[in-house]
Amino acid sequence: MQWAVGGKDGATARIPIASWPVVRQLLGDDRLALGTAARSPRSEQLVARTETADRSVASVCPYCAVGCGQRVYVKDEQVIQVEGDPDSPVSRGRLCPKGSATKELVTGPAREHAVKYRRPGGADWEELPLDRAMDMIADRVIATRAATWDPRYRRTLGIASLGGATLDNEENYLMKKLYTALGVVQVENQARI
Amino acid sequence: MRHPPRPEAPPVTAAGPTRMGFFTDTSVCIGCKACEVACKEWNDVPEDGLDFLATSYDNTGALGADTWRHVAFLERPPVPTAGEREAAKDSGIRWLMSSDVCKHCTHAACLDVCPTGALFRTEFETVVVQQDICNGCGYCVPACPFGVIDQRKADGRVWKCTLCYDRLRSDMVPACAKACPTESIQFGPLDELRTRAAGRLALVKEAGVPGAHLYGDDDTDGVGGFGAFFLLLDRPEVYGLPPDPVVTTRDLPAMWRSAGAAAAALVGAVAVAFLSGGRRR
Amino acid sequence: MAECHPVGFQWVMEAKAKGARVIHVDPRFTRTSALADTFVAIRAGSDIAFLGAIVNHILTNGREFREYVEAYTNAATIIDERFRDTEDLDGLFSGWDAGRHAYDPQSWQYAGMATGPAAAHQEDIPQGEAHGYGARLKNGDPPETDPTLEHPRCVYQILKRHFARYTPALVEEVCGVPRERFVEVAEALCDNSGRERTAAVCYAVGWTQHSTGVQYIRTAAIIQLLLGNVGRPGGGILALRGHAGIQGSTDIPTLYNILPGYLPMPHADAHPTLADYRAAVCAPAGFWGHADAFVVSLLKAWFGDAATADNDFCYDHLPFITGDHSTYRTMLDMADGKVQGFFVVGENPAVGSANGRLQRFAMAELDWLVVRDLVEIETATFWKDGPGVDSGELRTADIGTEVFFLPAAAHTEKDGTFTNTQRMLQWHHKAVEPEGDCRSDLWFFFHLGRIIREKLAAAGEARDRAVLDLAWGYPLLGHHREPSAEAVLREINGVDAQGRTLSGFMDLKADGSTACGCWIYCGCYADGVNQTARRKPGREQSWVAPEWGWAWPANRRLLYNRASADPAGNPWSERKKYVWWDAGAGRWTGHDEPDFVVDMAPDYVPPDGATAEHALRGDSPFIMQTDGRGWLFVPSGLMDGPLPAHYEPHESPVTNPLYAQGANPARLTQPHRLNPDNGPGGRYPFVMTTYRLTEHHTAGGMSRFLPHLSELQPEMFCEVSPELAAERGLENGGWATISSSRTAIEARVLVTDRVASLTVQGRRVHQVGLPYHWGWKGLSTGDAANDLFGLALDPNVHIQEGKAATCDIRPGRRPRP
Repeated sequence: MQWAVGGKDGATARIPIASWPVVRQLLGDDRLALGTAARSPRSEQLVARTETADRSVASVCPYCAVGCGQRVYVKDEQVIQVEGDPDSPVSRGRLCPKGSATKELVTGPAREHAVKYRRPGGADWEELPLDRAMDMIADRVIATRAATWDPRYRRTLGIASLGGATLDNEENYLMKKLYTALGVVQVENQARI
Repeated sequence: MRHPPRPEAPPVTAAGPTRMGFFTDTSVCIGCKACEVACKEWNDVPEDGLDFLATSYDNTGALGADTWRHVAFLERPPVPTAGEREAAKDSGIRWLMSSDVCKHCTHAACLDVCPTGALFRTEFETVVVQQDICNGCGYCVPACPFGVIDQRKADGRVWKCTLCYDRLRSDMVPACAKACPTESIQFGPLDELRTRAAGRLALVKEAGVPGAHLYGDDDTDGVGGFGAFFLLLDRPEVYGLPPDPVVTTRDLPAMWRSAGAAAAALVGAVAVAFLSGGRRR
Repeated sequence: MAECHPVGFQWVMEAKAKGARVIHVDPRFTRTSALADTFVAIRAGSDIAFLGAIVNHILTNGREFREYVEAYTNAATIIDERFRDTEDLDGLFSGWDAGRHAYDPQSWQYAGMATGPAAAHQEDIPQGEAHGYGARLKNGDPPETDPTLEHPRCVYQILKRHFARYTPALVEEVCGVPRERFVEVAEALCDNSGRERTAAVCYAVGWTQHSTGVQYIRTAAIIQLLLGNVGRPGGGILALRGHAGIQGSTDIPTLYNILPGYLPMPHADAHPTLADYRAAVCAPAGFWGHADAFVVSLLKAWFGDAATADNDFCYDHLPFITGDHSTYRTMLDMADGKVQGFFVVGENPAVGSANGRLQRFAMAELDWLVVRDLVEIETATFWKDGPGVDSGELRTADIGTEVFFLPAAAHTEKDGTFTNTQRMLQWHHKAVEPEGDCRSDLWFFFHLGRIIREKLAAAGEARDRAVLDLAWGYPLLGHHREPSAEAVLREINGVDAQGRTLSGFMDLKADGSTACGCWIYCGCYADGVNQTARRKPGREQSWVAPEWGWAWPANRRLLYNRASADPAGNPWSERKKYVWWDAGAGRWTGHDEPDFVVDMAPDYVPPDGATAEHALRGDSPFIMQTDGRGWLFVPSGLMDGPLPAHYEPHESPVTNPLYAQGANPARLTQPHRLNPDNGPGGRYPFVMTTYRLTEHHTAGGMSRFLPHLSELQPEMFCEVSPELAAERGLENGGWATISSSRTAIEARVLVTDRVASLTVQGRRVHQVGLPYHWGWKGLSTGDAANDLFGLALDPNVHIQEGKAATCDIRPGRRPRP
């Protein structure tokens, strides 16, 4: 015999009637139904979702520069939890509200997953395949550079870049390396702001 | 004011040998709200409204179905006159911050009134709503002397702090306590927390806060003591907390006695109906 | 610190529990103030008066750590007789050239030293990184010194005279801080410094975003050197940086004026050839003496086999800078149509940079714009929904900017390192693959470079040689062909001619036999092991925790730690023991990696002809300085004077009671039609300042789009004192319009005692507090505080004065189009 109850989002779950709390209350010795007799099937099975994660990955908080240790828990190739790494001598497992919101940062609905393109004078975004976007950007770098090249200083002042403080060191390194070789000198980031 | 323990207090738990709880030491709270966010991220608690409340840095307002930790910000003195400020020279400002949470009462009225057994006392002696049982009757909502437990509009069921029951079952610290940068929220066996709190209180008083006191650490109070108690720097009402909470079902045992066999017979009849009634939707 | 670095603040709380005294000085009472032992409300923009008065308090009362000051600072050094102080010239130092609007620093030199580079191009050369300037030491000592500190031209006496008028009464007059409050702070600092105790100073952009920002930090440096709080545990000046990657993006700079490892970017006039460059960057004494090895190894890392001794290691592939190419200069040029293409990578200038209207107008003049971010930030959509568009100032159809928005990968979707605010590199591992078109910035820049190289390969233009000669081969991983971040880190670390990883920067050679992408990071991949990924739990190692991550340089956790021992090499005290000389072993030892030549004895005196670190004495802890000493007085490298002086902000409601020269004469004001000044007078009578809240992150791109953070601070607001609220009729919870000559913004009002109205020069000065997280997109929205601010820049580092300017405030919402 089973009892159907409403679950979250209208879902229902089948529960054997013999385990329904009122029944167990009557049959068991916890007559006030305030203790373990009232434990539901879900409660019986309950464990932290981190325990059933496929893996935990060592990470670092992406917000400020304190550098708190994070552990990223992954199940079915999805981030299911991000929390402080107690091993870190910097943070000892603790996180501020922003660090605590990291799962939402990386999985939240505001994340964009597709390239967007706005043509000159255009009123709205258009779709653009990533490969095509890369090719178009490369063409624009080449053209702008050719049109604005200053051979005296081996550079272009026609191209500028802003950003880096939210990125990895390796990314900053490739940016500076590429820009410098292209003669792009107007390279800046938040450290100046 | 002290209240005697309820004579017919139920036995709390069969399995858990140790009562686990929170000690929230507001003297070291920096008001960062990591507890609010860590709780919501772990427990999938939805956003609770984008309202600017103009009450210092508190835009959360109160505990509710979608807010299981609430950091209060209290600017003291609230708005002194210009003359008083001038005389003070010193900034004279105190900014109190305190992270409120379900108290996990020893005598939990919410649990007492729950007709379905959705609310129960866990093996850690915490009070938890089982969402697979709750039918949204809402009896528990007015029963709570702190206004903690609350119905979620979207699904009608009631929600509140579970003291991260799932994490506890996996031998983990609740999300809020783990995130708390300054150990304002401490988790552990209640008796250990009480010892620690007493020591901390002595230090805070010694440091010149004579009004500091523990809130909810007394088994003889109106709810038999809290499973989640506080070190406050000012009177409870300053933080929006009832100074003398009383379990709303205090008189329930007497009612049980007077109702006597009639009540038992009624419950029995209902159970028989269930057992023979087959499946329902 | 509790406000913006809450998890770091746990250590302050722990220190407090152990008896440390916590003092917080700020224009507003913050979450930090709430937990501090002492809070001092100060007028925004007046800190040098406050700090300078501490210097004066120390010197007047003999509270300096005398042995430390004598041995480790340039207090005894005698300065050129031509030097004139601000006390002599009413707010100017000697060398001011009103025509060029700049200083010639020759008169600031140590007496008997050679003069610096020709003055003609001084303003163009980023002097902060001009390390080689000046030093000619004799046996490790400057030519003229007076160890008794009595000589009238010695630094100690100059310092005393310079700050003599910085009294508690002046602090009260300028900062609005009651004098007894000030003395309490100064005494507390002195009481907690010396042999047995140390005090630390923490700051963030509240100190840097001023037209005198660098000198704010300099004043703190003077205090800490006088009190003996540098190079010692529990001491120091700690910059609390605000982005996970901001230290790394300074070390490996996406900045115009430096190359990796703080090497200067080649300047057309100063460094036309590699020989010139080497001569300029190689200091005669100290570790900068090896700068030629650093730069040649960098060129080898970038241009690989193409870089040979015969072609000066492809030095001619590097572009030249000729002046200011910083972000604000560039945006002004962009507004004038001089810049065609713009990459914005994880930054949001439309609301995050000062003078947002200028930023948006500038981007409307571009031919093309590439924005890479996690979410659709304001910079990506200014052309359709920005404030200029809704006011009719900009018309979408008229904006010719072609915009590419490319979604970025989050830190959980890529491997790499962040360098934290204490110079520690920590590796984060990729947890999941990025979805859809999301890619790392490593992927983007690698493949952009790859495609450009492919397209240019056939043309064979001379200008393309550099990009075609790049060493651009990295292992590509997975179906996205993601470049290996570990391979990039290995290149940054450096390798020898056989391709073996180097173990430290002392392995670097100037002959082309080593390649290293950033000399200060050399050792982060020592022994072929990613040292940054080390995660030995903190509780299983010493309190210094050297086996967690890797700190530059050489895994040192505390810089200049030789100063934790006395000149003879013994700890100053048992309590503050950190690094010391082990005479038996003939080595420096201790809790940390010694920041010194490990076998250089304390009594070492350089022989004639010694170079680099061997040209410094065994009791000179400041090994990056050409004289091995901490600089109380800075003879070179600063654009606005060898000593800090209190100047009023570019926009201030009060005058400077100290000098006729009111504001920093060397500040950069950037006159432009889109950058008006508020000007003097009563139109903008109040001080405004900006700051962050715990619940949000900078311009909001990583917080305003998140429900769980947005609900905590759901709307832009301003903070005003009850007094100002009464004066202007502002209501708590109501609306206010805050205006400057740049624009007007609206905000909800919090009336609070936490933002102080102060008595300054006998009158009440009101301050308006403005958190700057907002923009028009996301879940939590509001006007951008940065829109109110103009571009008045610090002359050394070109940072905007975002922490003090003038404004007006009125009740009600801003006018709508």
